[in-house]
Amino acid sequence: MSLDLLSVTLAAAQLLLALAMTCALYRLLRGPRAQDRVLALDTLYVNAMLLILIFGIAARSRDFFEAALVIGTLGFVSTAAAAKFLLRGEVIE
Amino acid sequence: MTTLAALLVLAGALLAFIGALGLVRLPTFFERAHPPTMGTTLGTALVLAGSMVYFTALESHLVLHEILIGVFMTLSTPVTYLLLGRAALRREREDPAA
Repeated sequence: MSLDLLSVTLAAAQLLLALAMTCALYRLLRGPRAQDRVLALDTLYVNAMLLILIFGIAARSRDFFEAALVIGTLGFVSTAAAAKFLLRGEVIE
Repeated sequence: MTTLAALLVLAGALLAFIGALGLVRLPTFFERAHPPTMGTTLGTALVLAGSMVYFTALESHLVLHEILIGVFMTLSTPVTYLLLGRAALRREREDPAA
């Protein structure tokens, strides 16, 4: 019974995060300006990281933790680089 | 124990979804910059707490390495949003129309 509740709740959480990623994707494609797209990309990768953590719980495997950590790291670097590019016109000066 | 983990994960996913909904619904960039942080702060914290509770119960010893992601997100999010906010301010000032 407890396992059923867990799997149903995890499915609901995955659905919510997929909807959240769809919202972020809409904002990423729609714009209207470059900063909106960077913000949407940031939201997209955070939601993807949460989704992978939930996959890990559903699969009862701790291997997904490293994937989530890598997505968090690369997402931070890419968003910071994009914001720096918007600020200056070049990433490293 | 798994019920607690399930509720924590669901609450975190709900917060992330509300944040993304705000990203779509709000009219200007500076208003849109606020709602996704619900997902990045409390949403991530709740999902990580759920994961910690679940794996601690599953393996019957203390599993805390999810704190690493939490610390990392807490450090990186303000830096990103600071850079992005400064870039947006500068772009709005130089070209307010588009």
